[in-house]
Amino acid sequence: MTALPYVDGNMLDGPLGEVFAVDLSTAIGRCAHCGTTGPVAGLRVYSHAPGLVARCPTCAEVMLRLVRAPDRAWLDLGGTTYLELPMPPSVGG
Amino acid sequence: MAIITPGFSGRPRSGAPDLPPGQYLTPDFPVLSAGPTPKVSRDTWEFVITSETGTEYRWSWDEMMGLPQETPTVDIHCVTRWSKLGTNWQGVSLDTLLDGVDTAADYALAHSYGGYTTNLPLDDLRDGQAWLVHTYDGAELPAEHGGPARLLVPHLYFWKSAKWVRGIHLGIEDTPGFWETAGYHDYGDPWREQRYQGD
Repeated sequence: MTALPYVDGNMLDGPLGEVFAVDLSTAIGRCAHCGTTGPVAGLRVYSHAPGLVARCPTCAEVMLRLVRAPDRAWLDLGGTTYLELPMPPSVGG
Repeated sequence: MAIITPGFSGRPRSGAPDLPPGQYLTPDFPVLSAGPTPKVSRDTWEFVITSETGTEYRWSWDEMMGLPQETPTVDIHCVTRWSKLGTNWQGVSLDTLLDGVDTAADYALAHSYGGYTTNLPLDDLRDGQAWLVHTYDGAELPAEHGGPARLLVPHLYFWKSAKWVRGIHLGIEDTPGFWETAGYHDYGDPWREQRYQGD
């Protein structure tokens, strides 16, 4: 049986960069199915598909989907509990 | 035995067969998948049609292979824009599988080993339009193309032809599937270029 190749989450930088103003290359995500927490770059991305499907490296459930039409995009983060984003230090507080 | 070649029935242009809008012809058979290829043994394989009342109609591999077999030759059109003409399959018509299923449902949700789902009107599975296929080009359907068995619904974009299909839920309500909940069209007619929601 031929295993379909997947690539690591670093390939999401460009496509997600179209949607988000922040750099997600160093973001941390939590899998909504098994609770695994890790870098977005560590997701397994199936790109030979009608959209990008990023799966948890631990349980293989879908954490993120991105479908790109010529003039629209759909982002599904239903399988991601949160994204932890590095931010510049806030002033005060 | 059903033999349909809808792609050859249109008007030839410059000697080439008509393709749906926005499609290109490929001699290859690209492999697309939204996840790992599930390993499904024919010994434990089953296909289950579940009616809207919860009644289950179940076939083992041997029972499915014992049903009348058809050998459709059809054109297939992927929403990623490739089309392949004259593909040869063997399998069981959904008419055969639905014969005897007591239902008043209007919608079907196909579900697969590995978790994939796709929805379509039940009418699109009837009248010689859909098959449960296990053989491609005279050989066992390879796992990367959906083996042991996949749906074949060639008049819709190929994402509707669920690989590794395990069963069909019949329902009164339409339930969008995997790609239909991520921007893709609910119906997916390639000749009307229904790729995305709103097309």
